Amino acid sequence: MSGLIKAKEPFRFCTRLHLSELTGLRATALGQLLVLVKEVPGSCIYHHTHRFLQQHQFLSPEPPNDFAYWVTDILGEDELGERLASIDTMQYSSIRDLREKIASSIENYLKDNPFAKLKFARTGEEFHFIKSVSFILPTNYIVYDLKEFTEVLKKITIDSIYFHIFEARLRLEKPTNDFSFWIENSLDDKGLADEISGFDPYTRTLEDLRNKIIQIVGRRITD
Amino acid sequence: MAKIEEYASLVGQAVIDDLSLLGERLKGKAIQHINSTPVGGGVAEILNRMVPLLRELGVDTKWDVIKGGEQFFNVTKKFHNALHGRTEEVTRRDFEIFMETSRENIENVNIYGDIVFVHDPQPIALIKKKAANKWLWRCHVDVSNPNERVWGFLMDFIVQYDSAVFSAPVFSRKLPIRQFLISPSIDPLSDKNKELPQETVDSVLRKYDIKKDKPIITQVSRFDRLKDPLGVIEAYLQVKKYIDCQLVLAGGTAEDDPEGFKVLSEVKEKAKSDPDIHILLLAQNDIEVNALQKASDVIVQKSLREGFGLTVAEALWKGKPVVASNVGGIPLQIKHKYSGLLCHSVEGASFSIKQLLSSPAYAKKLGENGREHIKNNFLITRHLRDYMLLFLSLYHPEDIVHLC
Repeated sequence: MSGLIKAKEPFRFCTRLHLSELTGLRATALGQLLVLVKEVPGSCIYHHTHRFLQQHQFLSPEPPNDFAYWVTDILGEDELGERLASIDTMQYSSIRDLREKIASSIENYLKDNPFAKLKFARTGEEFHFIKSVSFILPTNYIVYDLKEFTEVLKKITIDSIYFHIFEARLRLEKPTNDFSFWIENSLDDKGLADEISGFDPYTRTLEDLRNKIIQIVGRRITD
Repeated sequence: MAKIEEYASLVGQAVIDDLSLLGERLKGKAIQHINSTPVGGGVAEILNRMVPLLRELGVDTKWDVIKGGEQFFNVTKKFHNALHGRTEEVTRRDFEIFMETSRENIENVNIYGDIVFVHDPQPIALIKKKAANKWLWRCHVDVSNPNERVWGFLMDFIVQYDSAVFSAPVFSRKLPIRQFLISPSIDPLSDKNKELPQETVDSVLRKYDIKKDKPIITQVSRFDRLKDPLGVIEAYLQVKKYIDCQLVLAGGTAEDDPEGFKVLSEVKEKAKSDPDIHILLLAQNDIEVNALQKASDVIVQKSLREGFGLTVAEALWKGKPVVASNVGGIPLQIKHKYSGLLCHSVEGASFSIKQLLSSPAYAKKLGENGREHIKNNFLITRHLRDYMLLFLSLYHPEDIVHLC
């Protein structure tokens, strides 16, 4: 029974809680958005590409990021909105790379569509840049095998799942998500680790993500 | 009053466990809230619930109220209106009156908090007592388009705080101090938002002689010009041409709002010839507010300016379709056509109300989506978490804080 194999090192679940810090920076048009996307702290880029995952669980998997939403709904630039919405966040291993991709998408669009620079948001509908401040806390849940792991997965907050899947990889720049890292290195189960890191978590709601991981691990336990 | 563990049935035990973890990190810090009124209005309502829950989580929290006479509150009401962008003549004498009362409060209010959390402009000058402790200023009003003279006057105080807190991104501007976005919240277990038996709802309707024979449109708000009760009546009259309905305008007045009774009499005057308009002056009766919201077919919040508009969250939590102005914190609560309808005018409001009354299935869907959105983002448990993180942020300037 794979579920009872003891790990070399236990897995301690952490949780990640966040505060939104206002910057006072706002964009009213695409040109200004581009300048600020290049300048603002990485915590702003992280906030605007990941906020929807936690705040709009019932809307997920759409819309995927604030830039795409604003460009489409406020400026009416559907084509650019689609390009920004379809950026494959999984392909980027750092916020720096993700920022460059967002900036180049806007830049290239403006080259092809110079009149898009002339569209302005109405007062009150500007793009406000916000930073995400993360607080990482260890929880009291520590597990030694896959069976305990799934039991905790069923009851831990979505903030914890969010932290280990999204934030650990992109913001803390770890090579993979925390679950896969532990399963590969402490349980020597590379197959299961790859299966978890192999699907795109950005296209699911956080509750779907929880269920998907429980299902994958559950199958391995009964193998 | 509900205990913290009772919220687990709504948000999950793990959320409560996270709150306890944060509470442990704040052991040894005394938090002192200061505002200007113990009852009436959103700030007092939130603090009444927040303070005991923080204490239960092990956070040493107390709440003090400053003193002020009629003249002082007349001036702070002027400030309030001016910050909301209304034309107000604010004289030099007004600023003097503000400072005279502030000086008395600076002398008399005992500051004991490691963290002093000042709410709104009325007690803002207490920052003069800042020592080695941390100070937060919480702005609950819509300052997206403020009177610059009043804002400039307040800015001299704001910059002395460690951090400021606003309810919506649109209120932020460049400041030399840190500023955070924290939305207010509703308490799902309070008398205003808990489940009510149908008999209670019916008895409240009977008490106010409201019959269920035609659709009920309701706005619950203080009688304040910025809530535009006269505009609501106009919107209702436009709907009434096509759909036989009734309007309930229900609300109280806050102790620090001297203008309330004047607005109430204007509203009564405008409504007097229509027996289907019910003007209810409720003396802080949350069960009755709850019952009226539950009994409504459409809930309106047609504010001209809005710090946040908690009545929108209350209505959505009850699964009601809402028509509300696209101002202040309201668009954070309503995504247009998904969890409610946003409007910009009397005509827009009346059109949306007609749509909802004519399409009950659509109205129901908007209400369901709205309830889910409030559950995920605007319940008091999220607010408790944000406040505790805010307190911790005063000791951690970094963007990624490891609390190991």
